[in-house]
Formats: sequence, C-alpha cells, structure tokens
Amino acid sequence: MLDLSKYQSIGEALRDSLDEFSNEVCLIEADREREKERLTYREFKERAHPLSKALQDAGFSAASRASIVMTNQSKWLISAYAIFFAGGVLVPLDYKLTPEEQWQLLKHSNATVLITEYPIWRQLSVSAGRAAATNVQTVLVTEAPAKADLGGAQRWEEFRGAEEPVFIPRKRSDIACIVYSSGTGGRPKGCMMTHENYLEQCVALTSIYPFWPGVRYLSILPTNHAIDFMVGFFGPFTCGATVVHLRTLRPEYVREAFPKYKITYVSLVPLVLKNLQKGLQARFDALPPGKQRVFNALGRINKALTKSRPRLGISRRLLKQVHEAFGGELRAIIVGGAFTEPQTLQFFYDLGIPVANGYGLTEAGTAITVNDLKPFRADTVGKPLPGMEVRIVNPAGDGVGEVIVRSKTVMAGYLNEPELTAEAIVDGWLLTGDLGRFDGAGHLQLAGRKKNMIVTEEGKNIYPEDIETVFESLPVKESCVFAANYIWPKRSMVGERLVLVLHLEPGQQFDDQLRQDINARNNRLLNYKRIHGVVLVDQDFPRTASLKIKRNVLAERLAKLDGTTAILRL
Amino acid sequence: MRTLEQTTQEVLELAAKHFQLPAGSLAPGDDFFKKLGIDSLQTLEMLSRLENHFGIELPDYEVQGVSDFKTLAERIQSRL
Repeated sequence: MLDLSKYQSIGEALRDSLDEFSNEVCLIEADREREKERLTYREFKERAHPLSKALQDAGFSAASRASIVMTNQSKWLISAYAIFFAGGVLVPLDYKLTPEEQWQLLKHSNATVLITEYPIWRQLSVSAGRAAATNVQTVLVTEAPAKADLGGAQRWEEFRGAEEPVFIPRKRSDIACIVYSSGTGGRPKGCMMTHENYLEQCVALTSIYPFWPGVRYLSILPTNHAIDFMVGFFGPFTCGATVVHLRTLRPEYVREAFPKYKITYVSLVPLVLKNLQKGLQARFDALPPGKQRVFNALGRINKALTKSRPRLGISRRLLKQVHEAFGGELRAIIVGGAFTEPQTLQFFYDLGIPVANGYGLTEAGTAITVNDLKPFRADTVGKPLPGMEVRIVNPAGDGVGEVIVRSKTVMAGYLNEPELTAEAIVDGWLLTGDLGRFDGAGHLQLAGRKKNMIVTEEGKNIYPEDIETVFESLPVKESCVFAANYIWPKRSMVGERLVLVLHLEPGQQFDDQLRQDINARNNRLLNYKRIHGVVLVDQDFPRTASLKIKRNVLAERLAKLDGTTAILRL
Repeated sequence: MRTLEQTTQEVLELAAKHFQLPAGSLAPGDDFFKKLGIDSLQTLEMLSRLENHFGIELPDYEVQGVSDFKTLAERIQSRL
C-alpha cells in the first residue's frame, strides 16, 4: 500500500498507484456471464489521461466541478480519476434518483461537466429540470448507440485529448467531493469532503481490513455511496487490488461472480445480506436429515473454534461447500448503509464468514466505528476506528445519549449552507443525531435516533422534508411528514417508517377519495420513500413567525397520541 | 409476434405464479411493490423469470424506476 501520509490529494495518490502497480489488474467488468473488460493499472491510466486532457482543453481546471451519474462500471472510476488528475471536484450522484432530482442537485452543486451513460441521459435530456441547470456546459455520454440523438451531449469515448494532461496539485484541505446525503426535496445537503477526509479514512479502514495486489473486491453498492467510493475505489486502488463490476445485479449473476472471480471482499446493504441469509437457510433446511445433522455438527465445531477470533482456514475446511459457493477466498462481507440486525451478523459469522459491520455517516467520511473481530460481537457496531474521537453526550440513566465525533475525516461542511453546518458541527464535533452508548469493552451500541429521518434497509437516508412536496397540494388544511420514530421514540434502528400528518378542513372527513389521492401521490415516490400511514390532528400546526412548521413542538404534541392506534393505514 | 395485450397478460400470469397468488388477481396498473409487498431484490428475481419466459435480456437500466406491470410489459414488448 502507498504511504498515504505523504500525499496531499486523492489525485496525487491515485497517480502514483497507477505507476506503482502498473502490471496488476485493477478492474474487471462483467455483463451477465460475459466478461466485458479487464484492465491493468497501466491500461486504466491510458484510458483516463486522454479524458483528463480533453477536460482541460475544454477549460476544466482546479476546483472545477464535474458530476458522475452512472451505474457501477469501469468508466465511473476512469472518469473520477480523470477529474481528480485535472484538479477537479467530483460530484457523485445517485443514478437511482429521478431526472428532476438529478438536475436539482446538478444545479445546486454548480457542476459544469456531467458524465453519464446513455440510458440515464435519455431520461435526463428530456427532463424539464434540465432548463434550470444552465451551469452544466459539457455532457459526456457513454455507450450511446451509433445513430442516437445525443441532445447536445458528446460521446465519452470520443472525448479525448491528444497530448498528456497536466497534473493539477491540490492541498489536503481542498474540497475533493461534494456528496449529497439528502435534500432532493428540501434543502440539499451537499457534504463537502476534503482530500484529507479520504486520505485519513483510507488509512484507518485499511489498518483493519487491508487490501493488497491479488485482493478482489466485488463492487455492488453504488459507487456514489461513501462506502463503495472508499472500499470499491480509493482503498483498493492505493493498494494495487482489483475491483470487479457487474453490469447487472440480478441475484443469480451476483452469486456466480463469487466463485468465478474468487472474491475477497464485498460490501452489501442489510437488505441484501438478509436476502442472502434467507437463501442459505432455505438450502440448509432442504438438506436430507443425515446431511443436516453432519452440517449442524460441523457448524457447532466451527462456532467453538472461532469464538475468540475468525479462523478462515479452519472454517473453509469445516464448511467447505458454503465457502466454495462464495468462491473459497472471501475474507469478509462489509455491511453498511443502514443498521444490520445482530442475528443476521451472527448467522454469517457462525458459518465462518465475518461480517464487517460498523457505523458511519457521509458527514463523518464513511465509517466511524467498525467491528475489529477481536472478538466478533454481533450486538454492537464495533469500536471507533483509529483517529476517531467518539463521545456520548447528555446520557440518560442507561448511558444512552447522542453520539458525537471529532476526527480528520469529518466533512468541511454543507455546500452553501453555513447555518446547517453550524448546527451539525459544534466546536469541531460532528453531532450525528444518532443515539447510543458504549459498553464496558469500548464497543458502541446504537439505540435509535434523535433526528427526524429514517434509514431503510437498502441504506437510503430519507428526510421527511424531502418528500413533503408530493403531498403539498392535498385538499386539506395542513400536512407534513414525520419519521414515526421521531414522534414515538423506540430504542431500535430497524423497521423505521414515515407518516403523513394531516390537519383536515373543518367538517372534512378522511374519506376514500382523500385516501385515493394520498395513495396516488405516494405511488409517485420511489418505493422506499413512501409513507406508511396517516395521523390526523385537529389543531393548527405550530409555526414560526415566517410560517415554518415548528416540527419539534408538533412532534411533542403528537407524542401524546398512542402511536399504535394513531397511525391510519393507507 | 405477441401483441402488447398478450405480453401484459403473460407478465401478470407469471408474476401471480411466481408469488403464488390466484390467477387473475393482478391488474396491469398494479404497483408491484405495493400489491405484492416485495422489495427491489425480489423484483429482480421476478425479472429473471420473465426474461427466461420471453427469451430476452432486460438490462437493469430498462426497469429502473418501473413499478407497475403495464410499463414493465411495454419494456418487454419493445425487446421482443
């Protein structure tokens, strides 16, 4: 691995990696059973430099901003490196957002360049939101069919400069990426992540989960997500490892990829991990009774032998078939994006497959704590990573209070939002809004949220304000959206739901017509953003002088209702 | 060559069979996340079954954001 303490920027470190590991394979891209591409670090450089030069020729310079809206693939990483080499700021956006949401964030970020793929551009180019994002001057589209109408965009494959680009140095304190943690409907929260944030996070994470040439990381989580950007790009690239991309994420092709590419690490969201658990359990249950007894006995032996630490060699021999299904070289499954239930973590650990669970948020630069497996603990999110100061403030009698963090990985602030930044970072400490406590062994245990938001099992952060606009014109007196857990706190991070709070007009009934109207609007939202039920109130919402809803006061009022009966199902 | 109506009908029948629902219990305009109570992963599994039945490949991007059977049938029809 490169000694990252010597580097000032992501671009500088990656530049040296490409030379240091020039003959190692850095990328493999597969589409179903077909391998589309296999690149060495040298070939990666040969693809990226002409792109970087063309960007420079088009006026892209230090601190210019470029966005990538693309599914996981080689061209994502090639484009990102080209941007960093040219001294630019990367704005990675979620390709699953709607075109309107993407244009809104493109406008907010002030990106001048957009790099995307043809199927996404087909929708973006005709979206009404495009007119407002006049800052986007250059659009590069990958894999466009020969006769496609590009709607003013240029072909990524043909956007190449003839000479070598000039490397543009950046300082550690300069902004490297603007990563949106939320805000597609309300105030966009663009986390300004510095080069130092990434360099320090990479050192901390790889000290516990190392990469080296020969390691193969299967990249499934979207690369715009902080976790995959770190463990599916920057981390492996600074260590000479290989990243494997799949162009389809159908479960059968993901399953095939493990043995085919001898995967070492993979990152998953809890939903996928649980699905994997269900599939494996069904297969175990279908074993004939005799084989089941043998399997269970071997499982018990494995559990006893790995109690204090993982012993991959032993587990692979004892539970050979399970490990062979995962390719036989899997060292750990990294799980993130949302809270994972302890029984799921334990299930995999008992099979000899450690799950590296942890806790983090974009604002803190990916991970704050991780399970170091010494020993494995399913009931916690691990210990703070090296360089992280983590404290619990205002603890209740049981030790549970708000988790706050100070480290070199904490963002510089929210783009164009000094007030939000001042609320989130106080005296250098990031207030996470999550509740937790430390146990006697120094492990963090999470115990709910203080903030009005939910995180789905797919790792999506949903802020009520972001979806309220969909319900704004409902024929009622007032409406707003809350996270149910914010109103009726429970010491849990799973099963979180959103509820729509309605104040009806005098004499108005919550009838079928209104219910249908709500359902129709709800269906316009992506499935994971939908509200779960309705709460009716008969008083005006408390408001500020500028007529903003006083959410905390309203939540206190709602909390007096019985949470189990107050929510009307749709 | 199937008509869009035939394709839609076959999609509905296959989805009902896949999720063990009575035949005829699904309608073209139904939101499959809501009607079937499934998550995005289960949707991907259903798509694989539809691909095998129709003998086509549906890239993930073609079904990105699709949540009703009618639109899904249209995407399949365009590739038949």
